[in-house]
Amino acid sequence: MKHAFSTWLALVVFAFLLLPVTQLTAQAGPDCLSCHSDPALQDSAGHKASVDGHAFASSVHGSLPCNACHADIKDFPHPDHIAPVDCKTCHADQASALAGSVHSDGKDHPCTSCHGDAHTIFPKTDARSAVYPLNVPRTCGNCHSSDGMAKKHGLPNVYPAYMDSIHGFALSKEGLLVAASCQSCHGSHHILSHNDPQSATYKTNIPRTCGNCHAKIDVDYEQGAHGHAVMRGNLKAPVCTDCHTAHSILQPTEAEFRMQSTPICGSCHKDKLSTYHDTFHSQLGLLGGYVETARCWDCHRAHDVLPASDPRSPIAQANLVVTCGRCHNGANLRFVQYQPHADARDLKRNPALYLVRLFMNLLLGSVLTFFVIHTVLWLIRSRVDQLRNGSGQGGNHA
Amino acid sequence: MPELEQAAPVAVAEPAAAAPAAEPAKPAVGRYFVRFTRAQRYMHAVLFSTFLGLAATGLPLRFSESFWARKLAAGVGGFGAILFFHKFCALLLTLAFLIHVKEVFQRGIFHREKGIFWGPTSMVGNWKDVKDLFGHMRWFLGLGPKPNFERYAYWEKFDYWAVFWGMIVIGFSGYAMWFAPFFARFLPGWALNAALVIHSEEGLLAILFIFSIHFVNTHLRPDSFPMDMVVFTGVESEEEFRHKRPMEYARLKKEGKLEARLGQAPATWLVNFSRVVGFTAIFIGLTLLVLTLSAYFR
Repeated sequence: MKHAFSTWLALVVFAFLLLPVTQLTAQAGPDCLSCHSDPALQDSAGHKASVDGHAFASSVHGSLPCNACHADIKDFPHPDHIAPVDCKTCHADQASALAGSVHSDGKDHPCTSCHGDAHTIFPKTDARSAVYPLNVPRTCGNCHSSDGMAKKHGLPNVYPAYMDSIHGFALSKEGLLVAASCQSCHGSHHILSHNDPQSATYKTNIPRTCGNCHAKIDVDYEQGAHGHAVMRGNLKAPVCTDCHTAHSILQPTEAEFRMQSTPICGSCHKDKLSTYHDTFHSQLGLLGGYVETARCWDCHRAHDVLPASDPRSPIAQANLVVTCGRCHNGANLRFVQYQPHADARDLKRNPALYLVRLFMNLLLGSVLTFFVIHTVLWLIRSRVDQLRNGSGQGGNHA
Repeated sequence: MPELEQAAPVAVAEPAAAAPAAEPAKPAVGRYFVRFTRAQRYMHAVLFSTFLGLAATGLPLRFSESFWARKLAAGVGGFGAILFFHKFCALLLTLAFLIHVKEVFQRGIFHREKGIFWGPTSMVGNWKDVKDLFGHMRWFLGLGPKPNFERYAYWEKFDYWAVFWGMIVIGFSGYAMWFAPFFARFLPGWALNAALVIHSEEGLLAILFIFSIHFVNTHLRPDSFPMDMVVFTGVESEEEFRHKRPMEYARLKKEGKLEARLGQAPATWLVNFSRVVGFTAIFIGLTLLVLTLSAYFR
């Protein structure tokens, strides 16, 4: 008897425990779907009001009752106008991060603009998610492509540039989950303008941002002259994106990058670019196709650029034979006296070269000047003679 | 260039009889005289074709920043082809130069042939050339008579020595760059820098000079217009010989050597072939000249 009572009590307790749950699901689960599973259902404003129950059930929110989000619906029939869903109720951290970001305007950037349809949100590790790494560029590209609202805000059209970049290829062609996509550099909810010193894409933060993946290069860069300058607060010194660009990053050994890189260095090092243009390296290099000729970083290195006075530098006197010898077999101590940035117009820096050029120019100028005058006078005189005396009527030798 | 009086390959004594039949359209029924031997004409052909090749493949490098450089490079067959052709033409021209130098020394020193290093038939300048230069200029201005030129006039000697000097200078600087680590064994470092300056400036001078001054002086001036064919056919008419080089004509006549220089009227095919080759060369040259000037004065 005592046993029977305890069994009964347990059943009653269990039933009471179960009651609120069954009540709620009964209130907003299958009951809601009895209307909202109709694919044609619309509200009075004409917005779609149908929900795919199966898809929702498999989504990250599938275990939640409808009124967990549509909290203002208490009973049926519910009012025509219901309050917008506030994701912040549960996702407070993300909401506050978003509030301080460039996407803070909730009207233009509702959560669903990135996470997709509210009833089919999947965890970011799920390939069906709009924020699954391989889907992120397309998701951001919905706005940040030429036709999107990026145009309205005067932002560059980054989506196609990214997709053609080495990161874009790694992601779209190779399907590498580790390939950098938008949020790898910009973050997700707390995206800040690159003008904001807190931003991961603020100039001085970029080496660290890229260094999240390219750790060794970040170390090299910070040891180099450019890294030192940036760390000292010189914002003119280049960071990763100044040479590699932010979105259209190319494989640096690729011909296209080798062709476009020298002017990038030259945009700051103008005098060096000008003297480089005087050399055979540049003359060969500019013609395209022959991309092996020395570009800036072939001699100076790309990331740990150091002045010649630093013994670690590839252009330090003691290292020149090795550096030049990488291309020039048999480079010796005299060979490396060649000056890749000699200025034949500078008497003080390169007196011998200056004089050679001066001599050549004088020779060229005087020979041509004399003979142009000589030839013009001759032509006139011959023509006059021809008209007057009929002499020299052209060649008659054949 | 060594003279050819003794070596002139004269074949027919009565060319006047054959000439009218071969070329009925031409009024030239007179005699033809040999000015250049076959070897000399071939030498000129090698010289101008390799020179055009060197210019066409060198200019895109010299003016690599100009709008046409990459297109011209691509037209020649891309970058690799440019370097290959440049070096190929350079080797050919070097060979021609060495053969010529050997020839000059062989004839002048070993065979002790007269007229190679001095005299009226030599390429070496003399006092008459100086007098001719000033006399010619006086004639330009209507201040005196036209000088009587010998076998090689002063501007022709200048052409010869400019090319001679140019080949040494451009060739040496070119090889210094081609085999830089080797040349660095005996040249100071700055010489490698200077090599490019010298090579490109002297090359530019050669291109500007040949494609403007030489073309006009030798081919386009009224006396020869539109082209002096003698370097292709080897012969010129008696009338033209006497008009252009009266002193040589008179000297040969006086020495009784005139008949030894008689040649055959050139065959029609040779004339037509020469015209095509010559005008092609002049057209290429003038095109390169325009490109050069457009890049220089951009």
